[in-house]
Amino acid sequence: MTIGLNHYLIVAAGLFCMGLFTMMTKRNAIGILLGVELVLNAAAINFVAFDRYLGPGRVDGAINALFIIVLAAAEAAIAVGICINLYKNLATVDVDQATSLQG
Amino acid sequence: MGLIGSAASGDVTMPVDERTGVMNAAASGGWLEAVLFYTVAGMTLVSGLGVCVSRNIVRMAVWLFVALGSVSMMYFLLAANFLGAIQLIVYAGGTLVLLIFGVMLTSKSPWARFDVGKIELLAAAVVSGVLLGCLGAVITATRWHGVEGMVPGSSVADIGRRLLTEYLVPFEVAGVVLMVVMVGAAHLARQEK
Repeated sequence: MTIGLNHYLIVAAGLFCMGLFTMMTKRNAIGILLGVELVLNAAAINFVAFDRYLGPGRVDGAINALFIIVLAAAEAAIAVGICINLYKNLATVDVDQATSLQG
Repeated sequence: MGLIGSAASGDVTMPVDERTGVMNAAASGGWLEAVLFYTVAGMTLVSGLGVCVSRNIVRMAVWLFVALGSVSMMYFLLAANFLGAIQLIVYAGGTLVLLIFGVMLTSKSPWARFDVGKIELLAAAVVSGVLLGCLGAVITATRWHGVEGMVPGSSVADIGRRLLTEYLVPFEVAGVVLMVVMVGAAHLARQEK
C-alpha cells in the first residue's frame, strides 16, 4: 500500500475538474476567480508530484510551483481590481450583465 | 514517505540505494504515509467539492481556505517543505485575504446569490465529468518510471541557488510582473475624482 505518483495526479485531476466546474457554473465574478485558484493549485500539485517522483533532488518542479503561486497572487490582485471597477459601474458583479462591450 | 523523509535521512538502519541515494521505505511501514495521504486527499477533494456546490460566495471563500490549507499539507507530504510554507503564507494568508476583500467590497448582502440554469449546470457537469474520466484513464494507464520509497526533502538552499542561476531571467521577469501588477491594481481600484 505505497502511495505513488498516480495517487497525487488523480487528486490533482479531481481538483482541476472541480475548478473547471466552478468556473462554468458561477455567475459571480469573484466566484469564477475562486475556481481559477483551484485550477492553479491542481497544476501546482502536479508540478510538485512530478518533482518528487521523477527527479528527486532537482527542484525544477518546486520552482515552477513557486512561479505559479506568484502569478496567482498577481492575477488575483488585478482581477479583484477589475471586479471592484465592474461593481462601481454596474452595481453588480454578475458577469452576464457586463455586456456593454458586445457588438 | 515525504514528510518523514527529511527527518529520517540520518537514520543508519534504513537500507539506502547507493546509486540514487534513495531510501527503501518498504520495510519501514508505508502505512503512515498512506493514512496521511488519504486524509489530506479527502480533505482536499471535499473542500474542492464545497467550492463547487456552495451557492453563497462567502461559503465558497471559506471552503477555498480549507482547500488551500490541504494543498499545502500535500506539499509537505511530497517533501516540498519550503513550498508548503510558502503556500500557507502567500496563498492562504495573502491571496485569499485579497479575494475576501473583493467579496466584501462587491456583495450587496452576505446572502446574495446568483442562480444558474439547469442546462448550464448539466453542460458543466458533463464537460468536467468527461475530462475527469479521460484524465483518470490516462493517469492509470501510463507506466510512470518514478522513484518509489523515501527521498530527501528539497532544500531551500537548492531552490535559492537555482533561482539565481538557471531561473534568473524568469525570476527577474516575475519581479517586474509583480511591480506592474501593483501599479495596475492601484490604478484600477482608485477613487474617481
